[in-house]
Amino acid sequence: MAYPNGPAPALPDRHGGSLRVNPEKCVEGCTECLPVCPTVALTRAPAQPVALDLGRCIFCAACVQACPTGAIVQTGDHRMAVRRREDLVLGNEGREEIRLAAALDERLRRLFGRSLRLRQVSAGGCNACESDVNVLGTIGWDLSRFGIQFVASPRHADGLLITGPVTRAMELALKKTWDAVPEPKLVIAVGACAIAGGPFAGHPEVNQGASPLVPVDLFIPGCPPHPLTILDGLLRLLGRLEGR
Amino acid sequence: MSADSPFALLANATALPWADVPVWAPEDLVRLTAAELARGTRLCAWFGVPTTGEPGAPVSLVAVLADDADNTLAVGRSTSFTGHYPALTPAQPQAHLFEREVWEQHGLTPTGHPWLKPVRQTAGQAPANAEFFRVEGPEIHEVAVGPVHAGIIEPGHFRFQCAGEEVLHLEIALGYQHRGIETALPGGPHRATLAQMETVAGDTTIAHATAHALVREALAGIEAPLRSQWLRAIALELERLANHTGDLGALAGDVAFLPTQSACGKIRGDFLNLTALLCGNRFGRGMVLPGGTRHDLEPERLETLLARLTTALADVAQANAWMDAATSARARFEGVGKVSTAQAAEAGLVGLAARACGLVRDVRYDHPAGWHRFAQLPVALWPDGDVFARVRVRALEIQRSGEFLREQLGAPPDPENLLADASTLAPEMLAVALVEGWRGEVCHVALTDPAGRFHRYKIIDPSFHNWTGLALALRGAAISDFPICNKSFNLSYCGFDL
Repeated sequence: MAYPNGPAPALPDRHGGSLRVNPEKCVEGCTECLPVCPTVALTRAPAQPVALDLGRCIFCAACVQACPTGAIVQTGDHRMAVRRREDLVLGNEGREEIRLAAALDERLRRLFGRSLRLRQVSAGGCNACESDVNVLGTIGWDLSRFGIQFVASPRHADGLLITGPVTRAMELALKKTWDAVPEPKLVIAVGACAIAGGPFAGHPEVNQGASPLVPVDLFIPGCPPHPLTILDGLLRLLGRLEGR
Repeated sequence: MSADSPFALLANATALPWADVPVWAPEDLVRLTAAELARGTRLCAWFGVPTTGEPGAPVSLVAVLADDADNTLAVGRSTSFTGHYPALTPAQPQAHLFEREVWEQHGLTPTGHPWLKPVRQTAGQAPANAEFFRVEGPEIHEVAVGPVHAGIIEPGHFRFQCAGEEVLHLEIALGYQHRGIETALPGGPHRATLAQMETVAGDTTIAHATAHALVREALAGIEAPLRSQWLRAIALELERLANHTGDLGALAGDVAFLPTQSACGKIRGDFLNLTALLCGNRFGRGMVLPGGTRHDLEPERLETLLARLTTALADVAQANAWMDAATSARARFEGVGKVSTAQAAEAGLVGLAARACGLVRDVRYDHPAGWHRFAQLPVALWPDGDVFARVRVRALEIQRSGEFLREQLGAPPDPENLLADASTLAPEMLAVALVEGWRGEVCHVALTDPAGRFHRYKIIDPSFHNWTGLALALRGAAISDFPICNKSFNLSYCGFDL
């Protein structure tokens, strides 16, 4: 695969990529898109354009179809990872699109930039995020060429990659795993569930993602995110996609 | 099902009035169910229907049986009650988890159940595991694995009782993935319901979404347009191809046979990308809707799909041929993790795990609904019940799915509107839908309330039946063979935990 030095592989044409909100097209008082969203990713405050939280979004594009004025559109862009949760919320002027993740600071880049070992914790994940993280290890994507590997013990890890809404039943296991990772350590939340609970947000059996329990350094949205979106997030965090 | 069966008979993906489901005293329901099962039918579902939403409300037990030979389903229920009833499990071990679940969810105690303990309930920050079965003795040691595993996989806990290398007993403790899917369904369908059905087991999105859609269509008294049924059948086989290919690669990896591991890892992605060609998502999210499908396969897209499918099928055939020809790989699979045909029948195994024990069980063939009424696949069998048999059945099913897809893509039904209106559900009806997912039988049962909302919704992922098969496969095996045994079943944690 030529990526990241060459062009990225194309997303499937029906994938649609990330979303963009055009606030100037969002008609005052219109709420057409709100009820069609399965995960309540869309809200609207008075006198504000619609707020689209891509952390909750499962990218079904029902809102894109429902919007009568084309205020919500698909961008076709695979890049979606952010460092701050609020950077996933679109709508206001200047916040039409995702504010992509900045790289780690110099000290952490020196530590992790060429060797990052992650422990994966699935905590209510449906095995789709897990599968598309796993696929990065296959011959096409070849994740280890970037020095990124998944390890079999938290003691060997530089951080956690979490999937799933974090079920109550996994709280103890997640905390123990987190405690067992030596400092300094990172947390990467992959998928709508790990970011905000996904389709299970509000269920008493789950947390609303990983953030209530551990500090998250990178959020990668999707249901599940395309492997390219996950890889983009990891490389962006390590400062290996500067200017791209 | 014999015509004189006391149960109400129905075909797959149909509904009947709740009032028409025969009612017996609990002990009679148990007796009659045991008698039907003894004739060779299977227990698809056994669950409680509370009379109200109040805790401690009386509960009616419901049995859903499948008579594979007669291509019929059968339903019966008990009067509503609280307290005890005589357990079905001593006569029919395939009921053991169902009865534990009913006890956990509704507090009905099956008297005489040999090992009554929680199934998936959470207590505090972990599942409510009761005491593990323990083997005592000076040479005995216990091995505990999980919930967090050494790879990128879902959590679960395995407790082995060993004498040296030999596993005397394996207990599989789950519940870590419990997301409250069933408890959220009464009063629905809700706006998040379809997304939740698609993620019951996220590698089985098409099968679970199709079962859910079939239930809603049966309750709405409509049928999805034929073109949509055809599209669902295509998506279902693409899902099977991706998962079976991934499993062949993972099994190759576990015996250090790198060529097949490497190739299948890539080819699995090629199949996932075909699903994405169809609907944009590699796991089929957004493809199946109640009433039909969201996306069509227009002629140009169909040609692309067929061309890429042909390449991927040739690639996976080659990758499997390498492993098949390697006696070193074959020697690691043969005779390992054996489940006998009798054990498989007694435990109620379904899907490829059952077919690898020589049992003819395949919903597409036995209980055809949707497009499978017009086009069926032969049932792929292998009799030996070992890891090799489960490898072999996967390889055979990859061939059969490939042939089916080539046939279907060569003769598409006429284009039409892809969606029918399934929004209004009839009140107080019971609907049952079975779909043969890649692991096996996906079963959805829905009962509506007087307003046409869900009163009770029961989901049985094939893993619910088959985890017992893995425990049986490990009896007397070497603990070092656990990874290949586990991969050979490759069961779902979240599908079980719901």
